[in-house]
Formats: sequence, C-alpha cells, structure tokens
Amino acid sequence: MAEALLTLEGVHTHIGQYHILQGVDLTVPRGGLTVLLGRNGAGKTTTLRTIMGLWKPSRGRVTFAGRDIAGLSTPDIARAGIAYVPEAMGIFSDLTVAENMTLAARRGPPDKARLDWIFAFFPALRRFWSQPAGVLSGGQKQMLAIARAVVEPRALILVDEPTKGIAPAIIDNMIGAFAELKREGTTILLVEQNFRFAAALGDTVAVMDDGRVVHRDRMAALAADEAAQTRLLGLTLDAHQ
Amino acid sequence: METILSGDYPRSRLLTALLGLLLAVLAAAPFLFDGAQAINTAAKICVFVVLVASYDLLLGYTGIVSFAHTMFYGLGGYGVGLALYSWGPSWGAVAGGLALALAAGVLLALGIGLFSLRVRAIFFAMITLAVASAFAVLAAQLSDVTGGEDGRSFRVPELLRPGFRLVAEPVLGTTINGRVVTYYIVFASALLLFLAALRVVNSPFGRVLQAIRENEFRAEALGYRTVCYRTAANCLAAGMAVLAGALNALWLRYTGPETTLSFTIMLDILLMVVIGGMGTLYGAAIGASLLILAQSYLQKLMAVAAQATEGLPLLPQLLHPDRWLLWLGVLFVTSVYFFPSGIVGRLRAASR
Repeated sequence: MAEALLTLEGVHTHIGQYHILQGVDLTVPRGGLTVLLGRNGAGKTTTLRTIMGLWKPSRGRVTFAGRDIAGLSTPDIARAGIAYVPEAMGIFSDLTVAENMTLAARRGPPDKARLDWIFAFFPALRRFWSQPAGVLSGGQKQMLAIARAVVEPRALILVDEPTKGIAPAIIDNMIGAFAELKREGTTILLVEQNFRFAAALGDTVAVMDDGRVVHRDRMAALAADEAAQTRLLGLTLDAHQ
Repeated sequence: METILSGDYPRSRLLTALLGLLLAVLAAAPFLFDGAQAINTAAKICVFVVLVASYDLLLGYTGIVSFAHTMFYGLGGYGVGLALYSWGPSWGAVAGGLALALAAGVLLALGIGLFSLRVRAIFFAMITLAVASAFAVLAAQLSDVTGGEDGRSFRVPELLRPGFRLVAEPVLGTTINGRVVTYYIVFASALLLFLAALRVVNSPFGRVLQAIRENEFRAEALGYRTVCYRTAANCLAAGMAVLAGALNALWLRYTGPETTLSFTIMLDILLMVVIGGMGTLYGAAIGASLLILAQSYLQKLMAVAAQATEGLPLLPQLLHPDRWLLWLGVLFVTSVYFFPSGIVGRLRAASR
C-alpha cells in the first residue's frame, strides 16, 4: 500500500452542542482516490470540513504530509496544498469564470497549458470564460468548482458530492477529469453518494456511520460484495444503476 | 481609456452619458455657474463622490457594514483644520495636518479591524458605531483644542484665499481667484482618488474583496486570510475618507462636528451608496450627485412648482418648500423600489 498522505487519528468534532465526529480514524494513501461513503448524517461532510479547518477538531490529530494541521487556520491548510470543492460549490457568482479561476491560482496567472487541459474536460468553461459565474447552469457551476480546485497542481483535493444533481454527460466528463488527475499523481478524497461514480474511480474506500469510520477496504472489493454494500450502506451497486 | 478606467467601463450608454455630463459640468462649474450655491454644491459633490466611493469599498465590495466612516472623514477635516488653525496658514501645515490625520485614521482603522473584524458583522457594526460616537463626543468636549460644538474657522494658504488672483484678467468671464483654485484642487483630487479607487477594485486585491463579500469561507478555503484583506480594505477606505475630509475642510475653511461627524452624514452616505448601486463605484458618483442636488435644489424646485399650481386644491400645500424632506423621503423610497440594485445596476441590466 502507498504511504499515507493524510491521516486522521481519533478525530472528534463538535458543532455547537452536537458531537458530530466521534473518533474518526482515516488514512488517505498518496496518489490514490479514496472514497468516503456513508448514509446521510454519517459525518462525511464534517470530516472534509474538519480537515480543511472550517470546523476545529475538539480532539485528535490530522496529519498531512507528516505535519499536524489540526490547529492551522483554513488559509494555512489551503496553502499547504489542500484544495476543497464543497457540496454547495461555493463559486463567486458576481465574478467572471476567468476571475474565479484566477483567484484560485495562487502562484500567478493560470498556466495556459493547464487551462487547455481543463477545457478539454469542461469545454463550457472556455465558452463562458468572460461571463459572470452566476449565469452558469448547476452542472457548469460544478465544473467551475472542480476546475478551480485543479487550476494548479495540488497535493490533495477534497471533493464533496460532485455529481449531486448533475447530468450524466457531465458526470462522464468528471470521471475523465478525476482519472486524469489520478494519473498525474494527485491524491483525492471524495465524498460521494453515487456508487457507480465512486466505483469507477475509487482505489480505496472508507464507510462512515454515526461519526466514525466503520469499514475500510479496496473499492473494487466493496463494489464486488453486494452483501457488504447492503450491510454498510443499506443499498447495493445495482440499486444505484 | 482602458488604463484610466482600469478596464471597468460604465457598460451602459445612458450611464456613460450621465457620467460624461457629470464630469463635464463639474470640470467647468466655476465657468458655468454664478453665485456661491452652485459652486458649493459642485465642490460638495466632488468631496462626497470620494467619501461615498470609499464607503462602497467597504459595504459594496467587501460586505462590511461600518458606522465609523464619518469619524475618518472628521479626522481628515480636523487634521487639516486644526493644523492650519494652530500652525498658521501654510502649505506645511496642510501637509503636516494631512499626514497626521492619515496616520491616525489608518492606525485607528487597523486597530478596529484587527480587534473586531474577526467577530460577526453585526458586532463589527456596533463597535464602529460606539467608536464613532465616542469620537464625536470627544470632539465636542475637547473644546480647547477642537472648538467644541462651534468647530474652528481657519485661514488657508494665500493661493486658496478668495482675495488671491491667479490671473489678473477674467477668463471666459470668470475671475480666477483663490476659490476657483481651491475648487480645482478639490475637483482634481477627487477625480484622481476616484480613479485610484477604480484601480483598487479592479486589481487582484479587489477581486479577493469581492470573493470575501460573496463567500468568506470559500475565500479562506482558497488560501486567502480574509481578516487581513478586510482589515486592509478598512484601512484603505479610512484613508480615502480622511482625504475627503481634508478636501472638505479646505473648501469650507471651517471644520466642526456638524459638517463632518454628524450621524446625518453617515445616513446620507448610506443612502447615496444604496441609491447609486452597491458594489459599483460609478454608483457612488451618481448617488452622491443625485442626493446632494436634491438636498440643494429640491426646495427651490418645489417653490416653483407650488407657485405654478397655485389655485389648485391641495397641490400647492403638498409642494410647499417646507415639505421638501417629505419629498426627499418619497424620492428615496421610490428609487429603492424601482431600482433595487441601484441606478447603476438597473441601467446596466437594461443595456444587456
């Protein structure tokens, strides 16, 4: 197994009076795509937000590339090389597509070759390059959110349910983009409800329930084991297709 | 033009025409109008365009609600005014007073920003209100220094005095005296500051401010330290307000709480930003011009209207000049109703 790029050890997160994460242990191997599965309310999004520093863990360690990042601020975590694509996309509607991309490119103007690579998967972004991002459709906004995260090479990308409410044609493009990112060595932690999408891309999988990781495996093994899918997720791969 | 406007064009023919007309009238005001009221109104518009644009940097571009803007405006007025009053009418006093006021304003904005921009917006607004109120009380109480409620009248350098003649003979029928020179200093400074503000909001820094306004968490997740950016915007807006206050003091040759620190001015600034259109510096120019023109001429206009409708039932009473505040209120309500995104927002939407 590849060395771990990100590890969470006994991470607890409280949001107000609610104890959401109750000792999450998770390892994300370098260079692979790890899928985080689980029922609604299992704590998947809170895990991503805790890694990103948007919620501070009340206990536990979050180690990224050998460095404890649990106490760092969100901007410092982002500068350490982690990009985050939230479920709500979080695009800046009043800014143009170009300005959204430029804001995400912290090392200077976006690289032209990199942009061409992004446009190959998400051609709508080239078409709407000078338009305010607010005029994009839901699927195009999701493209922009992902494109913004990968406008520069990052060590780790956290992606929260990118396929939610997205047309199948765009999902296929996303699969292509994520596969290409994997090929270039980017590590991805993906929260996903669409099992087909997860199974097509995932190398490893962690299943969450009640604020803990309750199952770890290779994605291929879980995809082939209907009994485990039913036990862990209450559904099978077939039911998602 | 691309460089001068930082690529931020009005994006509406009507708006371009309005702004062009405003610029032309302000540029030629001393030659176009006779009498003190017209030129006073033109100078006030120049000062308020800067003041409102600087507030729009905070409210419209960064999403920060502050009630301390008149405090910085007052700092500029008092800085230059008290320096001229105490050190005598020299350019050294103007520069010294301005430098001290700028330093004090920026440091105060930095302090307020670092201590309170981490908290929720409503708390920040309350803190700025408290600090501004304390400053206004201080200015009124320290009468030995500030002149208290009466303020301070002061002499300005010779070049700016009404008795000074830059050119012996009138030019296009206008005597080029110290008031005209002062007006053009105010006009040129306002224009430069406005263009500088345009440069700021269209720079990468300005884009980050807009990103923070739209989604602060997302901007943080992209690696931007939002507190630093918000504090920088606060300091920048404060600096511009200080400069506007200094220009106002030079024009009036007077500084006092009513002309700089009053809460009514803060409300006017808010109205101008909203009427013109938040998040558009051109909106600041349009909003400031409209409201100041209404404040200056609505009464006169109503007197004419009341006279014209004499003999009709009810109308002359409704249009009586004493009721000008009522009509100003109606003007504000209707403009917010018909132009929820401000006049500039509406004009731009209509031209798409």
